[in-house]
Amino acid sequence: MSSIKTTYHALLAKWHTLTGHKLFWPVFMAAGLVFCIAVDTFDFVDLYLQLILIYVGINIILTVSLNLINGYMGEFSVGHAGFMAVGAYVASLLTVHVCPAGAQNLFFPLAILTGGIGAALVGFLVAIPSFKTRGDYLAIVTLAFCMIVKSILENIDAVGGPRGLLGMEKLTTLPWVFFWTALSVWVIRNLVYSNFGRGVLSIREDEIASDLMSVNTRQVKIIAFIVSSFFAGIAGGLFAHALQFINPRMFDILKSTDILIMVYLGGIGSISGSIIGAVIYTILLEVLRPMGIWRMVLMPLMLVLLMIYRPRGIMGMKEARMFTPLRDLVTEKLWRQKKKEATDATP
Amino acid sequence: MPLLEISKVMHRFEGLCAVSDFNLILKPHELIGIIGPNGAGKTTVFNLITGVYRATEGSIKLQGKELVGLTPHQITRLGIARTFQNIRLFKELSVLDNVRIAYYGQIAYTPAEALLHIGRFRAEEKRITNQALDLLAIFKLDESANEKAKNLPYGLQRRLEIARALATEPTLLLLDEPAAGMNPNEIMQLMDFIRWIRKTFSVTIILIEHQMRLVMGICERLVVLDFGATIAQGLPALIQANPKVMEAYLGQEVAS
Repeated sequence: MSSIKTTYHALLAKWHTLTGHKLFWPVFMAAGLVFCIAVDTFDFVDLYLQLILIYVGINIILTVSLNLINGYMGEFSVGHAGFMAVGAYVASLLTVHVCPAGAQNLFFPLAILTGGIGAALVGFLVAIPSFKTRGDYLAIVTLAFCMIVKSILENIDAVGGPRGLLGMEKLTTLPWVFFWTALSVWVIRNLVYSNFGRGVLSIREDEIASDLMSVNTRQVKIIAFIVSSFFAGIAGGLFAHALQFINPRMFDILKSTDILIMVYLGGIGSISGSIIGAVIYTILLEVLRPMGIWRMVLMPLMLVLLMIYRPRGIMGMKEARMFTPLRDLVTEKLWRQKKKEATDATP
Repeated sequence: MPLLEISKVMHRFEGLCAVSDFNLILKPHELIGIIGPNGAGKTTVFNLITGVYRATEGSIKLQGKELVGLTPHQITRLGIARTFQNIRLFKELSVLDNVRIAYYGQIAYTPAEALLHIGRFRAEEKRITNQALDLLAIFKLDESANEKAKNLPYGLQRRLEIARALATEPTLLLLDEPAAGMNPNEIMQLMDFIRWIRKTFSVTIILIEHQMRLVMGICERLVVLDFGATIAQGLPALIQANPKVMEAYLGQEVAS
C-alpha cells in the first residue's frame, strides 16, 4: 500500500515539473492542433469518434463558461441553453442566408464570433436583474429567460418556428472546435486569475463585504455574464454546424440541466474540474448508449451518489496546478527571497 | 476642515427609528469610540457611513464631499474602510487573495487587458501582489499567505480583516467591536495594536466597543447611543460619571 502511495507521489511530482515547464502549454497546444488538423484531413479516426470529440469540445466550452457564473460567482443560472440558442441561431442564419456560396469556410469563424457577440449582448441584459437579485430568485429569472428565448424562436417564422432551422453545411471541424475550446479555457482562466476574477470570487464569498472592499460588484457581474454568455453563444454556433439542424426545443431547460450536471460533476469553481466533468459526462453518455433506457437510470444514480460523497464535485474548489499562472508563484517567490536577504542583512 | 461631518442623520427601518438626529464632527487623526447597549444603533451608524444603508435624512460629508447616495465601493474609494462585528473574510479564498481583492479600486488595467493578460496586466498584478505581501508582512501574516482565510485562528482572522481594510488605503478606519471574544490580556495587546495602526498608517479611527476597559483606555472622545439617540458625548472620564449613561447601561435606580 505504501509503495503505491510513494509511486503516486513520485509520479505527481514528475507531472508537476512537466506541466510547470515554460514550454508545456505551447507544445501541448501545437500538438493538439496538429493532431486535430491531421484527423480532419486524413480521416484516420472513425467519423463517429470524431463527432464525439467535437461534442466533448463543445461541452467543455459550455461547462467552463457556466462554471464562471455558478461556481466562481456562486449564483445559480439555469439559462445557459438560452445563450447557446442565441449563438446557434445567429451563426446559422449568417452562414445560411448571408454568406455567399463558396466562401463558407472563410466566413465560418466570423459567423461563430458574431453568434458569440449576440449571446454576450443578451447576457448583458440578464446581468441587470442580477444586481438586485441573488440565489433562488436569480435562478428563476434565468429560467424565465430560457423560456422566453425558446418561445420567441418558436414564434418567428423567418427562423423556421417550431420546425427549426436547416441548411447549415457541416462547418464545425475538429481543428475549429479545438481552437475555440482552448480560447474559452484560456480566457476564462485569465479572468479568474485577475483582480476582476477575484472580484467574482468575493461576490460568492460575501457580496456586501466585497462591495465594502472597493469591488464594483455591478461591473464584476456584467463582466462575468458577458464572458459566460459569449462562450455559450460560441458553443451554440459550433453545435448548430456540427448537427446541421437546430430547433427551439433543443435549447430548453433540459439542455441547461445537462450543462449543470457537467459543472457539478466536475466541481464548482475549478477549470480543470469543468474539463473533467464535460469529458466524463459526454463519454459516459456514449459508452452507456447500448444500455438503452437504463442509461437514464444509471446516470442520475451516479449523480446522487456523487452528491452524497463529494458534494462539491470531483475537483470542487480545487485547481490543478497546471491551470494556475506561474507568474503569481514567481512574484511571491521573489518577494520571499528579497525578504530573506533583508533579514539576513540585519543581524 | 473636519475629516468627517455627520449632521442630523436619521435612519428608519419601516417605522422603526434605528438612528435619530445623529451628529458627529471628527478631526483628522482622532480616535473616538461609539458605545451603547445592545441594539442601540451603533452598527447602523457604521452602515450609514459606509453606504450599506442610505440615510433617510441628514448629511454625511467626508472632507467636504457628500456621501449619502453613493454606493459602498465608491465610499471605500474615497477613503473609508471598515471591519465587521462578526468577521466577514472571504473564507474560501487565500489570505493573499483576501488582501489583493481590496486593491480592486486601484488597479490600472481594463477588463480586456485582464481577459487576455496583456498590456498593463502583468506589471499591475506584480505591484499589487508585492504590496499585499508587504502589508501581510507588517501584520506578520505573510507566512500563511497561501492558506485559506477560514483556516486561520480567530485572532489572526481579526488581524487579517484589519489588514484587508487598510489595503484600500483609507483615511478613516471603522472598527466594529475589534475586541469581541478576547480575554483581558489580549485586550491590552489590542490597545497597543490600535494605537500602532493609527500611527503607522496615519488613519483616523472610530471604534464600536462593548469592552469598557478598551474604550476608556484608548479613545479620546466617546459617543453614547441608546435606542438610536445620542445620549452623551465627550471625554471618557466625563462619560463614565454621566448619570444618563449609567441609566442606559444599568437601568434606573428604584427608590426604596
